[in-house]
Amino acid sequence: MEKEKYNLTTDCENTWCPGCGNFGILSAFKMAVTEMIANGFPKEKIVVVGDIGCNSKIADYLNLNSIIGLHGRSIATAEGIKLADRGLKVFVFAGDGASLDEGVSHLVHAAKRNSNIKVILHNNRLFALTTGQFTAVSPQGMKTVSTPFGNIEEPINPLKLMLASRASFIARSYSAKLEHLKNIILEADKHKGFAFIEVLQPCVSFFNTIPYYNEKLYETVSEKLDSELAALELINQWDYVEAEKIPLGVFYKKERPIFEDQAYEILD
Amino acid sequence: MKKNIKSIKKDYSVVIGGAAGQGSRKAGLIIAKLFNKLGYNIYIYEEYQSLIRGGHNFSQITASEKEITNRKEKIDFLLALDKKTIQKHKKNINKEGLLFFNSNKIEEKGVGIEADKIVKESDGLPIMANIALIAGLAKTIGIDWSVLKKILEEEIGKELEKNLKVAENSFHSVSSLLKIEKTKNNPKLLMTGNEAIARGMAKAGLDIYFAYPMTPASSILHYFAAHQKETKIIAVQSENEIAVASEAIGAAFAGKRSAVASSGGGFALMTETISLAAQAEIPFMVINSQRMGPATGVPTYGGQSDLLFSLWAGHGDFEKFVVAPSDAEESFYWAGKLLNLCWQYQTPSILLTEKDISEGTFSVNKEVLNKVKKEKELLWTGKGDYERYKITPSGISPLAYPGTKNAIVKANSYEHNEKGYSEEESKEMIEAMQTKRLTKFKLMEQEVEALESVKIYGNKKSKTAVVAWGLGAIAARTAVEALGLKLIQPIVLAPFPKKQIKKAFSGIEKVICVEVNALGQMAILLEGQGIKIDKKILKYDSTPFLSEELEKQIRSIK
Repeated sequence: MEKEKYNLTTDCENTWCPGCGNFGILSAFKMAVTEMIANGFPKEKIVVVGDIGCNSKIADYLNLNSIIGLHGRSIATAEGIKLADRGLKVFVFAGDGASLDEGVSHLVHAAKRNSNIKVILHNNRLFALTTGQFTAVSPQGMKTVSTPFGNIEEPINPLKLMLASRASFIARSYSAKLEHLKNIILEADKHKGFAFIEVLQPCVSFFNTIPYYNEKLYETVSEKLDSELAALELINQWDYVEAEKIPLGVFYKKERPIFEDQAYEILD
Repeated sequence: MKKNIKSIKKDYSVVIGGAAGQGSRKAGLIIAKLFNKLGYNIYIYEEYQSLIRGGHNFSQITASEKEITNRKEKIDFLLALDKKTIQKHKKNINKEGLLFFNSNKIEEKGVGIEADKIVKESDGLPIMANIALIAGLAKTIGIDWSVLKKILEEEIGKELEKNLKVAENSFHSVSSLLKIEKTKNNPKLLMTGNEAIARGMAKAGLDIYFAYPMTPASSILHYFAAHQKETKIIAVQSENEIAVASEAIGAAFAGKRSAVASSGGGFALMTETISLAAQAEIPFMVINSQRMGPATGVPTYGGQSDLLFSLWAGHGDFEKFVVAPSDAEESFYWAGKLLNLCWQYQTPSILLTEKDISEGTFSVNKEVLNKVKKEKELLWTGKGDYERYKITPSGISPLAYPGTKNAIVKANSYEHNEKGYSEEESKEMIEAMQTKRLTKFKLMEQEVEALESVKIYGNKKSKTAVVAWGLGAIAARTAVEALGLKLIQPIVLAPFPKKQIKKAFSGIEKVICVEVNALGQMAILLEGQGIKIDKKILKYDSTPFLSEELEKQIRSIK
């Protein structure tokens, strides 16, 4: 029974490409959940919401409650779950295609209303499962199957978008830095309100960013977590095209009233 | 008209009209309540345009001692808040009818009420001219001041004293011309179709209502938003229809009864979620209140043009419940029933209504309130390993919700195995899961046959049947009674109630199908089921059938 309490592994065959960044995210999340369970949180009250894409298969690889819904809708689905039962911990795993292309409105509004869900964005900066088309965060000029002459569009900065959307917790980590990512997931879990974690994730098949990230990434600790300006300074160090250095860490954290709590307060 | 005669007829049509912002709608409801108190059955038809000020709005109140009442062409009492109302409706006033107007603004023959003067002398506000006209009507048709006063006290929230003063002064400024008789009926409840839908779902255990505004579904959202404290039902407005549909799915997955509503365009956005609900077997209640389409169409007017779309909404192979009630009483019952069915069969369901049911006001028998209760869903017993999609003889797998001890609950939009893990490889499992759902669909078909899915009215021996659905069935009921024909009203449209339809059509030699759409969508549905339609009466000007109009059209072809 004790063993089952911690068992997060399933019988599903893992179909991610060897070397895929998703493995790191899966491992870091398992480490974080193991700590949550060790700290007394019941496993049955954790819910994983998968989107559609390589990332969403994570739900099949976790022995936890889960729902895999429709492409781009995982965040809205998670909000429904959290509103229905505030006692559940709700983690969303979605790609850049899901959260910044197909379902960007849900990401913006979940942040705006401060829904107490935790969004883990697998950012490999293209659509991988559909063979590598560009997304909202692909660099300008990138050649893909849908942009053979180079991507015409400039990328958006998802962290800036989150800051403008009033997200109350904004962080960035890297799929190869398991300990760092685990700690950020735990910090997001402790945060009372909406949390957005961008996880930079190399796609070994279509956009291998490993050498680039290894050169540019550095870990930082913000001194002024509740300052939008300080957050912006960190966020602006990389525009998803060129950078001297790309910071990792929690960039912004400021508590404000939670949507679900306020919705229930009206009933009293 | 002679002074103070007793009126022998017990069937009235009253129109009150004005520009948007003149308060004709509220006034219409107050007039309806006067007749309601006397035991009349009510229908209020509301007509307005997609604008905030100006235009021409009117309410038509029909009041009858008969069980149902429908919009009519002819008017007994016309109350004109502006000149346009007279221009538009005067031609329809009955020979014995009366015109009430603001004689400070309009020169006309009829019952002139010095509304502006009365309002000014009563220290009222210009909008209270509507109350002056109502009071004039009430006195003229022999309604006691105490009755009018009580209704005004119930209906008016702001500036009650001033309104009462206006009403009283106007009441005493005219004399009684006739005395409208009480009927033998007790007053019933008055409810709009949308309020009935909301209350029916509340009775069936709704926990959270999600919506994005769209006419004519919005007043369901407004009802839930206003009644959160009493009902303990959370009302949420989110960023778009796709969001609310997805949220409703999330809430249902977590064990809370949820529902969403929209009109055609917003409903179209929800269809991906209907398909998800079918595949993931998550209860999903959707209300589609039709307006005349396609696209934005005629946004504040009605129609029945989404029947086929609703039947086929959502990609993939699956069944769902689609139900089209005809009035508020049926809406109350079916909204509750459908929410229960969503949970019992873990299925998407569509309540198909239309603008002139949603926003129309109907008399409702109190007894219906006791016909809806929360019916339990099939829950996991807690024994053994939990499998969300366990293959059972019924095809229905017991539900458990996240947070249940010793259960891992995995829902999936991918084809899946019994535990809920994605399945692409095992063709046996892919087939077995579809077979499991087909087994469930068979049960849904049986369920439909056990319910009153088809209603019959009129002369049951007639060899000519009129088929009408939704609000059209109300207009058709008055017509078939006058013409001695049979009326067949399909209420449950999917799964198709084959046995009940077969029985209803047995011995019928001629079928006339009546619809408010251009293609004859019910006719297409019935013909697909082997029912030959001989004549179609289709109306597609975005307004519902008038009683006289429908009767005349049926008479000309029967």
